[in-house]
Amino acid sequence: MYKVKVYVTLRESILDPQGKAITGGLHKLGFGEVQDVRIGKYIEMTLDGCACNSTDGKIAPTACKNVEERVKQMCAKLLANEVMEDFRYEIEEII
Amino acid sequence: MRYAVIVFPGSNCDVDMYHAVKDALGCEVEYVWHNETSLDGFDGVLIPGGFSYGDYLRCGAMSALSDIIPAVRKAAADGKPILGVCNGFQILTEIGLLPGVLLRNTGMKFMCRFTNLKVENNNTTFTKLYQQGEEISFPIAHGEGNYCADEATLAKLKAENRIVFTYAENPNGSAENIAGIINESGNVLGMMPHPERAVEELLGGADGLKLFKSILQIWSGGAK
Repeated sequence: MYKVKVYVTLRESILDPQGKAITGGLHKLGFGEVQDVRIGKYIEMTLDGCACNSTDGKIAPTACKNVEERVKQMCAKLLANEVMEDFRYEIEEII
Repeated sequence: MRYAVIVFPGSNCDVDMYHAVKDALGCEVEYVWHNETSLDGFDGVLIPGGFSYGDYLRCGAMSALSDIIPAVRKAAADGKPILGVCNGFQILTEIGLLPGVLLRNTGMKFMCRFTNLKVENNNTTFTKLYQQGEEISFPIAHGEGNYCADEATLAKLKAENRIVFTYAENPNGSAENIAGIINESGNVLGMMPHPERAVEELLGGADGLKLFKSILQIWSGGAK
């Protein structure tokens, strides 16, 4: 099994009005050192066994060879919209 | 002309769409639930506004995975007119029938009021009956209508005359004041303002009527 943590953030070039509002809020609370706040999404997934070695999508009891490639595809196809968002991920094998 | 109004869980302008084409235009229309798989027998497809799937993940992201979407793609490829309004526009960008994305309004506010638009291209299926440059008034009702695309896409939209409507006064931070764009083949229009809510004076305005009449006229003259 794998524990996957995905972080989705707005691209640098995209204005983040929520982040701007929160920057203002933190300033109001006396945290004047805050220069910039960017809001993103944190997605945690548990991957069961390994479907990624099989062509029929069924779970095979083997070690995952391309778990990273699969996670990348999940991000690109659904979890992030690459027109406006970047993503990164951490993959940890769990027993 | 027979229309389909696609209904997702969380659509809330489906009845407005239905009313606009049925009562204001006299077209045939049916609701099509998102887990249907065919749009055969329909001449046009309307994707209404709302908050499909509660805007989970991103506006339109979950709807993009619905069973009906392959049929929407097929209708688009077949050249049938497809109109996505508000959440419908967001869905069209998520499924890639239109480029770009709709971001949170720069002012952070949900904007709900009549807004003036300019018809930038009246040479489309959807705008034939408007004058080029005509100022019209449609209601907007969105929190995420800030159109965004990279420079190359914006340049292409401009060069190909695919920006159909712009805001007279930008309410949401949209690039190039974009309120509505069309696809390359000219049969898929996505827009944030609501023409279906402006089809009779009793409801505050009837400027939207010409949009639906344009589609009907083109269709009657022989579908493209």
